[in-house]
Amino acid sequence: MKVGLFIPCYVDQFYPQIGIASLELLQKFGCEVSFPMDQTCCGQPMANSGYSHLTGGCDTNFVNNFSEFDYIVCPSGSCTLHVKDHLHSKENEAAATHIRNNVYELTEFLTDVLKVESIEGNFPYRVGMHQSCHGQRGLKLSQMTELNAAPFSKPEQLLSKIKGLDLVSLSRKDECCGFGGTFCVTEEAVSVKMGLDRIEDHKDHQVDYITGGDMSCLMHLEGILKRQKSNIKVIHIAEILNSI
Amino acid sequence: MKENTIDHSHAAAIFNKDVERVNWHDDTLWFVRSKRDKSAHAIPEWETLRETASNIKNNVLSNMHHYLQEFEAKAKENGIIVHWAADGAEHNKIVHSIIAKHGVTQMVKSKSMLTEECHLNEYLADNGVEVIDSDLGEFIVQLRKEPPSHIVLPAIHLKKEDVSDTFNEHLGTEKGNNDPQYLTEAARKELRDTFLTRKVALTGVNFAVAETGEFVVCTNEGNADMGAHLADVHIACMGFEKLIPERKHLGVFLRLLARSATGQPITTFSSHFKKPRVGQEMHIVIVDNGRSTQLGREEFRNSLKCIRCGACMNTCPVYRRSGGHSYHNAVAGPIGSILAPNLDMKKNADLPFASTLCGSCTNVCPVKIDIHDQLYKWRQVLVKEGYTPSSKTMAMKGMSAVLANPTVFKIAGKAGRFVMKNLPFMVNNNLNAWYKQREMPAPPEESFREWYAKKAKESKDKK
Amino acid sequence: MSSRDSILSKIKNNQPTSVNELPSLSFLGLDKIDVIETYKTVLKGIGGFCEEVSSLDEVKAYIATHYPADKRKITTIQEFADIAETEWTNDDPHSLQNVELAIVKAHFGVAENSGLWVTDAILGQRVSPFIPQYLSIIVNKKDILATMHQAYERIGDLDYGFGTFIAGPSKTADIEQSLVLGAHGARGLTVFLME
Repeated sequence: MKVGLFIPCYVDQFYPQIGIASLELLQKFGCEVSFPMDQTCCGQPMANSGYSHLTGGCDTNFVNNFSEFDYIVCPSGSCTLHVKDHLHSKENEAAATHIRNNVYELTEFLTDVLKVESIEGNFPYRVGMHQSCHGQRGLKLSQMTELNAAPFSKPEQLLSKIKGLDLVSLSRKDECCGFGGTFCVTEEAVSVKMGLDRIEDHKDHQVDYITGGDMSCLMHLEGILKRQKSNIKVIHIAEILNSI
Repeated sequence: MKENTIDHSHAAAIFNKDVERVNWHDDTLWFVRSKRDKSAHAIPEWETLRETASNIKNNVLSNMHHYLQEFEAKAKENGIIVHWAADGAEHNKIVHSIIAKHGVTQMVKSKSMLTEECHLNEYLADNGVEVIDSDLGEFIVQLRKEPPSHIVLPAIHLKKEDVSDTFNEHLGTEKGNNDPQYLTEAARKELRDTFLTRKVALTGVNFAVAETGEFVVCTNEGNADMGAHLADVHIACMGFEKLIPERKHLGVFLRLLARSATGQPITTFSSHFKKPRVGQEMHIVIVDNGRSTQLGREEFRNSLKCIRCGACMNTCPVYRRSGGHSYHNAVAGPIGSILAPNLDMKKNADLPFASTLCGSCTNVCPVKIDIHDQLYKWRQVLVKEGYTPSSKTMAMKGMSAVLANPTVFKIAGKAGRFVMKNLPFMVNNNLNAWYKQREMPAPPEESFREWYAKKAKESKDKK
Repeated sequence: MSSRDSILSKIKNNQPTSVNELPSLSFLGLDKIDVIETYKTVLKGIGGFCEEVSSLDEVKAYIATHYPADKRKITTIQEFADIAETEWTNDDPHSLQNVELAIVKAHFGVAENSGLWVTDAILGQRVSPFIPQYLSIIVNKKDILATMHQAYERIGDLDYGFGTFIAGPSKTADIEQSLVLGAHGARGLTVFLME
């Protein structure tokens, strides 16, 4: 199967190791993966700021880059959700529809499409999973604590297969970290307070690492951790799953 | 009460200066959310109940014209006097005219967010009528000349020490006695006198039943009933969206309301007022105040399904850390942020942005309002209507032009590092706000696309 | 145009063009529960007391030992005329301000929330369950229903001027979320579950 790797713009430039881990992981499971070089950004930052009417160019570019693939896979729940909910094309709506129906966040692609049963991996640390909101409440990657419904978690299902990994149970399982796109700077005080509180929950559970499926949230938490000179590190889930 | 005119982020920054208080506010509301979860999760058919409630309200919204007339006719048959108010000003005038007709200058009032929305207390004060709010939380904030900070827990922003000081000043309670039992008892004594001496009592309405012309008022304290059953005149004020079709539908809503609000299985009192008692006059004021406009906004109309439980506030990570007053609107939190722009886009243009769009509000909503999706949609409307700074619009246009064109994108920054200096989610904000309390990641030696291109070249060269 | 007519016409123009169907409620509230046990547990959880009795004399005995003899008591139950006033129902409601205890019957109770349904017909005065310091309500065990759905089925199209569900004593948590019983209404509620 032909997989187009969709790497969020900030991951491309700040966190290349996540792109590499995602690519290698998909190849390990037998996918034929390409990274279309002309991809830029899904347009979510504009749309979430109220400028969805300016995302037409991004949409067209996205469709041009990804229409030829069976699946489009992205190591970010938030960017995936944006494409799934909002990608349209005046020139080629059929291609946009194909993409919307076949775009997957990395972990759900592994569990739902590739139906991965076992992963070779070793990560002998105490890890807290930060379940980002768009992945969870948007893509339904894991059950939401608000609902009266059976629990599940696609990323945790994968992490449970990694040798040595000690996954902690947080006090507030799915509280937002406060990143929120533009919110992180327009509402700086609340954003940082939310981040501090999210980190505190992980600290209370003595984690070595905070992991998650959205590097934007982790970048925000990492920024605070570094300022605190904390020993806790952040790591994208793709890197853990690709640890061997 | 003075209008709070500073925008949400500014007010929230001030609120966050007292870290201990923010922590306390957050923990206290989270505790209420946890009680809600426990209660909701104990009802196996909870999600079906929400779906049913949502569908009933959808029916009401689509048939409002009919139900309102049905309700009016039945209420009149029951001996209730029905008034209609197009806006807050007319509502206030109607209430005042009823009070004036009875020649009194004092009124006791139980909780009604509608009267907060219409600024009734200020209007009546200006016209020489003294209003006493009888809900304990509202009584406290009224003494302090503050608006409520939460629709269900009006004084949730205050600590018991604050209440103690306020009661010491106004009721003469012991200085430094912070015991909630003692303070509540003091308010009970004070307000009992009020209930016994007021000829006019005003209450809100939780549900109005079209089929029967009755309305239901829910309280834990019994204050609405104490006021209404002792007064010669009972005025009940309601936004028209409080209607439900039939009496049996109360079963659905009363199961959801208190569990969503505080985790209680039901409020202590769920009082059904159908006819005035012998010798009493009963009035209902049906208020529009922008609701019919909202009904016409297809994307936002289902915000009118709201039953004012406050669950979205308790779960909102932003509300918990910014406090109700930062929303400068009678209804705060996520639901307030989708209702307020309908009333005044300019004044409330900041509110739909006071959210991370995490979506927890939508999940706790007992009538399944798509709150976070509406926050997103309001952002689009506010931008289109020109309520965002032009500098931001210019920056967005520049950004989208670069991101839409891979060639421009590649040459926009040295070595394709456009994003590194212009993180799309920080558009129009320099990095100062990020750096205040956070670091940026160290730039890697090469971007992913550089690595990928190199790899591709290597494997090509090998061949 | 009157405000009434202009509001209604605006609503007519702005509401959706087709009517959304009303959902059925027939599949709600069918979970099997032990109604009496649930009732007792829920009532206790919200600060009420529960006494299981098999006669009105037992209720009388309980009241005699739990409430001061010299304080004012009112009732609408004729059998209690020897321990409480019965001739107050046409008085000015304000005159009830010094009542210590009111004793009334409920039409039925609801297990899931411990609510008791009372109406004008059995309250004597609307304010009677709110104004006393303490409240006692008698309800037959066979009249405890499972959920609010059965409750409204039972109420049906009954005509009343006023009716209310009472679940536990009056309470507030408006000061720092600390629960205090006895906000404005009764400080305590005892429910007598009658065989």
